Amino acid sequence: MSVEDTVLHIADVHKSFGGLHALSDIDLSVQKGTTHAIIGPNGAGKSTLLNVCIGRLIPDRGAVVFDGKELTGKSPHEINQAGVARVFQTPEIFTDLTVMDNVIVPILSKKDGSYKFNPMQNLAHRKDARDQAMELIEDVGLHPDDHAGSLSRGDKRRLELAMCLSQHPKLLLLDEPTAGMSRHDTNSTIELLKKIKERGMTKVVIEHDMHVVFSLADKISVLAEGKIIAEGTPEEVKANPVVQEAYLGG
Amino acid sequence: MNIMKSEIGMMVVFTIVILTMPLWLAPIGAGYPDLLQKFAIFGLFAIGYNILFGLTGYLSFGHAAFLGIGSYAAVWSFKLLTMNVLPAILFGVVCSGIFAFCIGYVSLRRSGIYFSILTLAFAQMSYNLAYSVLTPITNGETGLQLTINDPRILDAAVTSATGLPSTTLFGLSMSGYSGFYFCAVVLIIGFFIALRISRSPFGLVLKGIKSNQTRMKYTGFNTRPYMITAFVISGMYAGLAGSLMAVTDPLAGAERMQWTASGEVVLMTILGGAGTLVGPVLGAGLIKYFENIFSAFNDKSLHELFSFLPEILENGVVAIIRPFVGEGWHLMLGLLFMLIIIFLPGGVMKGIDRIKTKFGSKSEKPAEQSE
Repeated sequence: MSVEDTVLHIADVHKSFGGLHALSDIDLSVQKGTTHAIIGPNGAGKSTLLNVCIGRLIPDRGAVVFDGKELTGKSPHEINQAGVARVFQTPEIFTDLTVMDNVIVPILSKKDGSYKFNPMQNLAHRKDARDQAMELIEDVGLHPDDHAGSLSRGDKRRLELAMCLSQHPKLLLLDEPTAGMSRHDTNSTIELLKKIKERGMTKVVIEHDMHVVFSLADKISVLAEGKIIAEGTPEEVKANPVVQEAYLGG
Repeated sequence: MNIMKSEIGMMVVFTIVILTMPLWLAPIGAGYPDLLQKFAIFGLFAIGYNILFGLTGYLSFGHAAFLGIGSYAAVWSFKLLTMNVLPAILFGVVCSGIFAFCIGYVSLRRSGIYFSILTLAFAQMSYNLAYSVLTPITNGETGLQLTINDPRILDAAVTSATGLPSTTLFGLSMSGYSGFYFCAVVLIIGFFIALRISRSPFGLVLKGIKSNQTRMKYTGFNTRPYMITAFVISGMYAGLAGSLMAVTDPLAGAERMQWTASGEVVLMTILGGAGTLVGPVLGAGLIKYFENIFSAFNDKSLHELFSFLPEILENGVVAIIRPFVGEGWHLMLGLLFMLIIIFLPGGVMKGIDRIKTKFGSKSEKPAEQSE
């Protein structure tokens, strides 16, 4: 793997809250087109790491470089416009709007940029956005006229995923995409995520569920107490004695 | 049903309803120009307020400031330039827009209750400035009025020396029914713009901000300029309404900027239905109508109304009702508002919707008690 294939490079990132070192000297590279899973016990710093990537937290030291550009210190909307989308642990969707409008909003952001004043344009005439939204909604198996607030938890996650996919991000960050889902919903989400992989999108997944991790990931980084303790393919990680002791429970 | 969905259908219906107001409001005693002008002006104020509050969910408690600025600017245009109303409303809209930008720029650093308090503080500051500090510009307590000696540079050739001139639209006097029709046309244009905004991509982004601002940021939207734009637009609507007040009655006083006036437009919007298109106009009409009815009662008219009762009962009923009418009609308004908030949180429009679905679904299945 050459350096050009690196989409996301987290370089020597350090973040502490008071006396707690949430992240210390994290160095991580994500290769283009791969699914990179980050696993680790509770409180290992997984979510902190993701928040640093999307601009929610600013690291004390180090840098996040995405696609050759430094993201550190940029605001969330700039990071999204650069091509990073995020699925949250609890779905962040527009519960007051229809499924259709939920998907159109991110498409508008992709097409019109972070600010556009077009109050006299009729949304019904934006066929470009509507067609694209319709296709995605059918892909994830939802109905465009449903009210997003009335969807089941699993459907809300699917909707959020569709919203992120509609932007064709270069990098998709997923924070426990199957948390709180039934086995059935989990499996259909895995299928959906595998489909995305075929489209060549790079993904970083934080996950507790080992079933999900081992069926999706190309590469796994194991985080414990704010440090990366192991890295490799799923087989390598599974066989690693340090990991077994720290996380998989030996 | 379909005709209400299409833009043209909606505009045609709205235009007819507004322009025929003198006819269909006459039987309930509201068909005279003074009140009709108020309906149109406050309708416009509420439509503009709804663009901020209804679409983005940001509750401003200071919109009366822009109303007042619009009035002052319009009166100054009458004093200095011409009695023609078009420059006056243009001047009013531009001035309030500039003020709205400044106030919005600072206030929108915060959201929720802190935003509301900031707008309230700015409006109270504006009120006090107008009332005392800026007396040379606002004429303080007395209010800004026209005088015979005003320069009116554009009218110089036309002005005769007899008495105060009245506001005109290229010679057409803006009092009485012509004043109402002018306000009504402005209201219809204002409604059309609001309709387009709410159905535009820009409007959808504002609704997105109301629904989930976090998601908007992580979806790549810079929400702050969107909010400022919405704030300025609604401030300009308020300024337009304020300048129309000056058009129909060319004076401006500081009391227009008081917080009760800001509260009134919040009430109108919520009463009619925040976020709906027609609701704010309806709410404005209802409040101004009830104000007119209830404030007109006095001891004598109450006694006449209940004269069919035995005298002791009559005196008792009058004593109970008296505090709620006349000068105390705000008590009645408060009661009405409480009833709406408790029993119809979505406003009158929501109530109409509920009745519709109840009757619509009856034929297919028993009415659902969903909420």
